Amino acid sequence: MIAVVDYGAGNLNSVKKAFDYLGAEVVVTDQPEIVAAAEKIVLPGVGHFSSLQALNRTGLREALLQSAGDDKPFLGICLGMQWLFDGSEECVEIAGAGIFSGKCRRFPTSVKSPHVGWNSLVVQKGSRLLRDIAQDSFVYYTHSFYAPLVAETTAASEHGLQFAGAVERRNIFGVQFHPEKSGDVGLSILKNFCEV
Amino acid sequence: MLTKRIIACLDMEGDRVVKGVKFGNLRDAGDPAECANEHARNGADEIVLLDITATSGNRRTLLDAVRSTARSLFVPFTVGGGIRELEDAAAVFDAGADKIAINSAAVRDPTLISGIAGRFGSQAVVVAIDAKRVAGSFEVFVAGGRVPTDRGAIQWAREAAACGAGEILLTSMDRDGTQSGFDCELVRAVAEAVSIPVIASGGAGSARDFIEVFRDGRADAALAASIFHFGIENIAELKRELHDASMPVRWPC
Repeated sequence: MIAVVDYGAGNLNSVKKAFDYLGAEVVVTDQPEIVAAAEKIVLPGVGHFSSLQALNRTGLREALLQSAGDDKPFLGICLGMQWLFDGSEECVEIAGAGIFSGKCRRFPTSVKSPHVGWNSLVVQKGSRLLRDIAQDSFVYYTHSFYAPLVAETTAASEHGLQFAGAVERRNIFGVQFHPEKSGDVGLSILKNFCEV
Repeated sequence: MLTKRIIACLDMEGDRVVKGVKFGNLRDAGDPAECANEHARNGADEIVLLDITATSGNRRTLLDAVRSTARSLFVPFTVGGGIRELEDAAAVFDAGADKIAINSAAVRDPTLISGIAGRFGSQAVVVAIDAKRVAGSFEVFVAGGRVPTDRGAIQWAREAAACGAGEILLTSMDRDGTQSGFDCELVRAVAEAVSIPVIASGGAGSARDFIEVFRDGRADAALAASIFHFGIENIAELKRELHDASMPVRWPC
């Protein structure tokens, strides 16, 4: 069973719908014990980094860190991926999980922000999440802050600068784009997650 | 590289997709879920569903259409028309929309923009502006283009962005349904005035029109309805032409 974590940040319907479409058993939950019992975890989220404060308040943060440490497959999407880093300029008071190092920053003023639309991926070899995803595949992004390129970056995109489109370390995966809104490419990525 | 988006718009009347010329003369074009999926298969980067009549009543019909359309659609999905308050927006999101488009209600009360953005994020709020050339400037009209507001489109776009809008959907009322090309002057004026993406609408007739609105109008995306519904221009064909003209588009997809 896949637990999609509901911490009040936006609309989780589309993430659940995509997993439903793939035939995965999925539950949307705000309960730490259900997260702890799940086989796989998805941390979605759109909006402001401050909404991640709810994870600290509800006991979800501990459940998520514990699960990630227990080698459970874990996928952070958009804000959920940014949470895997140390933190974000968007709200410096809230600590990320620190699983990937670096802070998320705002796009430079030389480009339109938010970065909205379909952008191409430069895919690194060997990613389990991006298995069989073709070089230069297009995915849908919508965000104003970006995560830096790190050693664990498995796909990069460019918008005024290069940033992390996807990261991966062992069982922990993050995607800045929205696989649930990225057509067939996105569904393939979610299917890969179901199968890791 | 970030691509220019081609957005297919489904104008809804009741539970059917229709499309008029200059806000009138409605013609039937089909079932929303079927239309949306066909456009997505043909390469539409997003789908917008606009309820053009339900500024009152009929909400259940619209929500049913949103639900059935969202079920098997895996590209961004925006719903507009008749959203007057936060709870209207919440119902549409709950039915499966990724973004809402607000027009008249936002002009009446700009705090609606910040209210929806605060709860669902700016990326979920599209402010739709219907603009018409009046005495040498671009004036905002509301209530489906029937009521003038005395406001300038450029100033209103700036204000909407400041309130937390994530995108502007800018329709030229002069060009809407005419297939005579986008109003590049209008689009460029707004696109240069705000830092958020601008979606050009009204007047799409050929691939050349899209190239012009992306190059000269500096649009981030372009929306069309009638040319896609009646097979005048297939989105796949359009994207191939844009790609061949070195326009960055999601192609092949």
